[in-house]
Amino acid sequence: MPKLPELVCPAGSLPALKTAIDHGADAVYMGLKNETNARNFAGLNFDEKSATAGIRYARDKGRKVLMAINTFAQGVDILRWQRAVDQAADLGVDAVILADLGLMDYASRRHPNLRLHMSVQSSATNYEAVNLARDLFGVQRAVLPRVLTLDQVGHVIRHTDVEIEVFGFGSLCVMVEGRCLLSSYATGESPNTHGVCSPAKFVRWEQNGSTTSARLNDILIDQYGQNEPAGYPTLCKGRFEVQGDTYYALEEPTSLNVLEMLPQIIDISVSAIKVEGRQRSPAYVAQVTKTLREAIDTAGREMQRFSVKPAWQAALGKLAEGQQQTLGAYNRPWK
Amino acid sequence: MSALNLKLTLGPILFFWSRDEVFKFYEAAATWPLDTIYLGEAVCSRRQQLRTSDWITLAHQLSDAGKQVVLSCQALLESESDLKRLRKLVDNGRVTLEVNDLGAAKLARDAGLPFVAGTHMNVYNSSTLSLMRTLGATRWLPPVEMDRDTLAAILATRPELETEVFAWGRLPLAFSARCFTARHYNLSKDDCQFKCLEHPDGLTLATREAQGFLTINGIQTMSDGCHALLPYLAEMEAMGVTAVRVSPQSAHTAEVVAAFRAVIAGTQSADAAMAGLKGKHAGAAVDGYWCGSAGIINTGDTLHARA
Repeated sequence: MPKLPELVCPAGSLPALKTAIDHGADAVYMGLKNETNARNFAGLNFDEKSATAGIRYARDKGRKVLMAINTFAQGVDILRWQRAVDQAADLGVDAVILADLGLMDYASRRHPNLRLHMSVQSSATNYEAVNLARDLFGVQRAVLPRVLTLDQVGHVIRHTDVEIEVFGFGSLCVMVEGRCLLSSYATGESPNTHGVCSPAKFVRWEQNGSTTSARLNDILIDQYGQNEPAGYPTLCKGRFEVQGDTYYALEEPTSLNVLEMLPQIIDISVSAIKVEGRQRSPAYVAQVTKTLREAIDTAGREMQRFSVKPAWQAALGKLAEGQQQTLGAYNRPWK
Repeated sequence: MSALNLKLTLGPILFFWSRDEVFKFYEAAATWPLDTIYLGEAVCSRRQQLRTSDWITLAHQLSDAGKQVVLSCQALLESESDLKRLRKLVDNGRVTLEVNDLGAAKLARDAGLPFVAGTHMNVYNSSTLSLMRTLGATRWLPPVEMDRDTLAAILATRPELETEVFAWGRLPLAFSARCFTARHYNLSKDDCQFKCLEHPDGLTLATREAQGFLTINGIQTMSDGCHALLPYLAEMEAMGVTAVRVSPQSAHTAEVVAAFRAVIAGTQSADAAMAGLKGKHAGAAVDGYWCGSAGIINTGDTLHARA
């Protein structure tokens, strides 16, 4: 059987972490309760106590814990980000996932034994970029932005000895991660600066007769009629007007789902498959982890003969944003 | 009013213009009061009205005419052919590069070529900035979303490179693998029929209340508003900014450049200069990012400039 990619699942909380481990995640990723990580949402993430408990839980079952410190340190006040790296090293996480080059530099000098993963927020879309981070900081894994075709992912893998991780399931960013400022253009806060996109505190719902309007910092992102399901106003997934046409001008509410490509993903030696969604519930994490575990194991056994079981697709379909799924950029026509 | 010690630069053309228009534009630009001209295809690999070799030739011509010239590299590098074009730029032998991707920074560094770290390099702090310096950057541009207080704090550490601020034009906000212009025309990206040529300032994306919001420019998403930092040049100079950038637009770029030059030379107030540019840019004037709020905001300072 070929070497299977690690299944890396989101842990927005201790219950989610345990659930992911119990349902077959090889590794989980978590963040601290502050702006040092890209899911800086109220009620999410870990303090020292819950992180310690989570790491112990994972260790006991032979799984890994990765800590995401994947926003960009701002200005000259970068101590908070450096302390987060120190804390991760002290806690004994298996790796830190970093986006900021200055922070990678700090981590590699201060904690030479701490394993470094290059976050998707670093926007490394080609092997030269990945290899620079390896040469400078000893980065051992890079998470690729959701912009490459599967062929292009394979090309990166053939030209680097850095492990490559790709996204397998979850809400789809249509933009190159780390290179999208749409959220701060509308609200003043972006993933790079505040670890948030289309932040909830700027969302306002308005009911006018049978029409529901979803606004972000007063900007109308979408409007829904009586029988239309209303989605969260992520600003790239609203309906806008371009030259007289009103449509999802950038992207529909949809989730990435790579199930049908698993044999090829295994074949090109992807090292890890990441599930998006630290903001999602433990129930979500359970369902996605269980389904992907089963699908990856089956794909590894069956390879060419593999086909997606309808039950998996149905399970993930229910969890997908807007109940829609796509192969995204892995599949050329999406572009 | 006094003269300011600021260089004035012209950014690369971010839109897709025909070969003739590009040559005409630079023929004119060569006569404008500019210190540095950036040129090259920074957005989309399918935009080949000028090939990489054409850009290099044009750069050498402008350089021979006495202009400081920088070749801007594509920001999103995905395929081996993207890297091939990049290597060609690195090998041009004379002209400095503006890099907007880590891979480009690697090739410039490996070649011992000094470079400008562009606005997409995500330099948000002093520590990353010093790292850029060690890689070979001689000039940098902060991310367009960085506010003046953050920039001032970084510049207070007296970094050993020049600092250039994106000071005029539609803001480059995001890149995607998807082409939104092709999507608008129900075309696939591989068969986009070069529709971007029909939209020399991009395609406006408005809300369902007809509020101008964003601009579609192929794989790039920009602001609808025109980032207008003309009123802030004095405070930029005071904090240690060394250059300001005007981003090309399909019309009136010469007037914009002249207005910036007049304010820098101290021959015109920022107020008067801004008033003179009324109606000469697409979208509303915005300055929110600089002032620490949402980028789409116009704080009003753009209309009532401080001296």
